[in-house]
Order: sequence, then structure tokens, then C-alpha cells
Amino acid sequence: MEHKKLQGKLRTRILGMHYKANSGHIGCSLSCIDIMISILKFKEEPDTFILSKGHASSALYTILNEIGEIPDDKIDTFYKDATTLPAHPAPMKYKAIPFATGSLGHGLPLATGIAKANKLSKNNGVSYVLMSDGETNEGTTWEAAHFAVANKLDNLVIFVDKNGLQGFGNTADILGDTAAVKIWEAIGFEVMEVDGHSISAMLNVKQKLLAKKNGKPKMIVANTVKGKGIPYMEDKMEWHYLPMNEAQYNDAIQKIKNDYDL
Amino acid sequence: MRKHFSAYIEKAVDKYDNLVFITGDLGYNALENLREKMGDRFINAGVAEQNMIGVAAGMASQGYRVICYSIAPFVVYRCLEQVRNDVCFHNLPVYIVGNGGGYGYGIMGSSHHAIEDIATLSGLPNMECYVPAFIEDMNACLDEMFTRNGPSYFRLGLGKNLPEGMTLTSYGAAPSKNDHAKLTIIAQSPVANNMVASLKENAHKSSIDTFIVNKMPIAKLPADIESSIGRTKNVLTIEEHISVGGLGSAVSLLINELSLPVNKFVSLHAEGYPSGLYGSQGYHQKESGLDEQNITKIINAYF
Repeated sequence: MEHKKLQGKLRTRILGMHYKANSGHIGCSLSCIDIMISILKFKEEPDTFILSKGHASSALYTILNEIGEIPDDKIDTFYKDATTLPAHPAPMKYKAIPFATGSLGHGLPLATGIAKANKLSKNNGVSYVLMSDGETNEGTTWEAAHFAVANKLDNLVIFVDKNGLQGFGNTADILGDTAAVKIWEAIGFEVMEVDGHSISAMLNVKQKLLAKKNGKPKMIVANTVKGKGIPYMEDKMEWHYLPMNEAQYNDAIQKIKNDYDL
Repeated sequence: MRKHFSAYIEKAVDKYDNLVFITGDLGYNALENLREKMGDRFINAGVAEQNMIGVAAGMASQGYRVICYSIAPFVVYRCLEQVRNDVCFHNLPVYIVGNGGGYGYGIMGSSHHAIEDIATLSGLPNMECYVPAFIEDMNACLDEMFTRNGPSYFRLGLGKNLPEGMTLTSYGAAPSKNDHAKLTIIAQSPVANNMVASLKENAHKSSIDTFIVNKMPIAKLPADIESSIGRTKNVLTIEEHISVGGLGSAVSLLINELSLPVNKFVSLHAEGYPSGLYGSQGYHQKESGLDEQNITKIINAYF
């Protein structure tokens, strides 16, 4: 119940940010906000997190604001001139955003490097990275995946926001399912699938995987719905790009308030 | 130079316990000792240069200084976005070492050459490109790279010893002051050896100031080069790199910004593959007019 209210509250904030900014990238942020809650709300020092799908920045900024890493007055500058919070995370602005992302396929090699550094330094930190399923098209995914397996980086946890949609179509129709469990298991990852909108289910899976100190890097395939929570946005590719008008915004906020018990 | 480089790194391993060496699956008959010595701080990233740079940036963000080693073109072009976004944007201590550079890999062909590496990298934020010409200035470049500890590119060619009469400076090397000089030559990378050979028996030798600039970009024309050009009013630049984004174009801009009067400016640079044929490093240098004979011809035309 507590999770549900937080999931609803952060959704209304994401919607508010995008409405004020008259900007897109709403569907992809609503798709992965629950994953980010399950990582960042429960992260321990010296764990690290990289949002590889940088276009979901509003979700990142919202949860970081919630946990005190980004102040309220900065959130108000989202998308504005002279902001530290552009549409894709900027470099060297917040401790909790270790890397600027936005070009897909960068987060996994970076998180893999952090995991490798943690192993060398005998540091217990877990290196988390959140990728989109479309992003796993990128060749760097496969370079990093094999590196992680070869280097036995069981302190690396990849979350895939698997909503089945990418830039210009369904992932199934473009390159096929490059985030398929079987592929990743065959490479040597420890993989589990989970409901990407259930915080408790994701926490449970995360705990189970991290308990396996078997040298295998971990992947959590989080099955999600793009635009989750707003019926007119759900599973619609166009809500990767569209901003909301006033009526759509009011409708969306009302829907979240009703469904998330706010 | 490669032997000296390897020896330098072996010493650096003792000095810096946060030093990591990542190779893009290269180093046969060269890096075995280093691999032995570094143990788990020596990493073979496989044939995967983009990931190599991303991993290096990730490690550097956790306090390591990371050398990424490969043949120059592979570690420059394939992974350019990783170098820019992951390393340079975050000002991280990742030292990219490109073996060869210029036409260094000769008959291996154009895939193995890097004649646009400085143009490609030197404009990236926080990046410093080191392009030493001789063993002595290579060591100075390495010292600076380790002290500066930021995004770096190191072009590792085949160099000889610093010629007599030149001394190391903060930007490379300079001649002794010569009030009667009529020509200022500025050279970069081991192609400077061709200039040295050309000048050996040259009758005008005592009327020429020869400088080495081994770092790019050049923010400001070094004072002694400015002073030399002010006196000679004649400039020749020599580089094993295309003219776009290289030494000659940088020097030309700086001269213009300073409104220095120049009678004659010649840039000798890599011309690419004018005949469409392939050969040794010397062959390609000759095709671009970077060989000893042509340098002599160009120099003599100033007098």
C-alpha cells in the first residue's frame, strides 16, 4: 500500500513536470518509474545506479528528488534555459547521476566498469543499470555482456524495462527480442523475469539474485507497460514523443489519484 | 619508442596503485611483461573497443586511472562517442594509447592508419592529445599525462633520440636562440625525424629555427615560436596528419589571431592516398611530400 501511494505520487510529479515543460518522453518515464523506485529507494552505500535510457530523465529526477538527491527548486527548472535538468541527464551535476546518458548503449559498459572496479577494490557495492528493451539492439550491449560474464561480475545488476515498444515500432517487428531471457542465460547471466510495476515483486527478485554469489552477472527482465497508469497512453508508441494538452493532463492526474489511492 | 613506453608504464605500475591497463586484445610480443607484473590490474577487453572505453570510464569514476591500448585507429574512430560522452564529458582519467598513428602501420593498409586522429579527438572537451616526436619528449609527455590525470590520447610512433641543439620545453622542444634565423619550422610526431635528416647536411641549417609541438590542441602560440616567426616571417609546418584539424591549420589560425606578418607559409601534411596505392610508412610519407628529399626541396625554396 505504501509503495502504491509512492508510485502514484511520483507519477503525478512526472506528469506535472512534462505538462509544465510541454514535453514528450512521458510514456517511457511512466514505464520505468516503478523499476527506479525499487532500485533507488532501497539502494545502500556504496551501490551505484546508471539510467542508461536517459530519455526517462523525468522519472530519474523525480525519484532522486524524493530521496533528497535533487532539491525541489531544481525540479522546477526542468527543460528551462540554464537548467541542470535537461531532457537527458547532464554530466557532473549531481552525485547521484554519475554519468550523463542519452545516447543509448552507454550505460551498460559504464556500469560494467564500475562493477569491475568494485571487484578490484574489494568493495561490496552493487552496480545497477537500467536499460530499455529497444536499447539492447546496441552492439555495446553484447560487448559489455560478454565482458561482464568473462570477468565474473556478479555485482552487476541490469534491469531491462521491457515494454515491447521502441523508437519507431514494436521491438518484435524491428530486430526481434534482443532482451530475451534465453539469449541472456545462454551468454551466462543469471536472469529472472518480474512484473516491472510491482515494487515488492522486484525487491524480492533482486534479493534472490544478489544472494547468488555464483560469479554470474544478473539481469532482471521487468515486464512493463509504456505509459503505465494512463489508459490513453498505455502501450502507445506515440506517447514516447507527445506532450499533453490541458484536458489530457487533468484526465491523467485524476486517473492516477483514483487508481493509486492518493 | 614502444620499448621506452612499455618501460615507463612498468615503472608507473609501482608508483600508482590505482593504475589499470586495458588492452583491446593486442600486445603480442610487447605487453607480456606488463601483464605478468600487473596481475588483475591488466585487463584484456577482447575485440570490443567501444566497451573497452565505457568500462574504462566506469572504472575511472571509481578512482582508477585507466590506460586503454590498441592500434591507433581502432581506439579512436570505433569508439569516438564513448570517448566523448563517457570519458571527456566527465573529465575522467582515461589515457587512450594509440599504437602507430599516422601511416605508422605502413603496408597493413588504410584500416590501420590514423591520419585524422588529432582532428577527431583534439576538439573534445577536456581532451589533451600527446604526439611526441622523440624518446625524450615522449617521456615528458608521459610525465605530464600522469600528472594532469584527465582525458588523454597518446599517439605512440617510432621515434629516435632528440637531436643535438634542441632542448625540451613545456610544449615540445625548441632550438637555441638564433637571431639570424630566416625560417621557422614547426614539426609534430616522429615524421620530425625526416626533417632532422634533411637538415643534417643542409647549407641553410644555421638559418633555421626548428621547433617540436607535441600537444594538441594548441591554445596559445608559445612565446619563443611567436618570437621566432616574428623574426623569420617564414613558416613551415610538418605533420603526419591531414591538414584539417592538425598542426598546420592550428598554427595558421594562431598566427592570424596575433596578426604576425608572414611572407611564406607552407604546410606539409598527410595527403591521404593520392595514387590509390599502398606501401610502407616511408612510401606514404613520400606520396605526401613528407620524405627527407621533398622536405629539403621545400626548405631550400625559402632561401
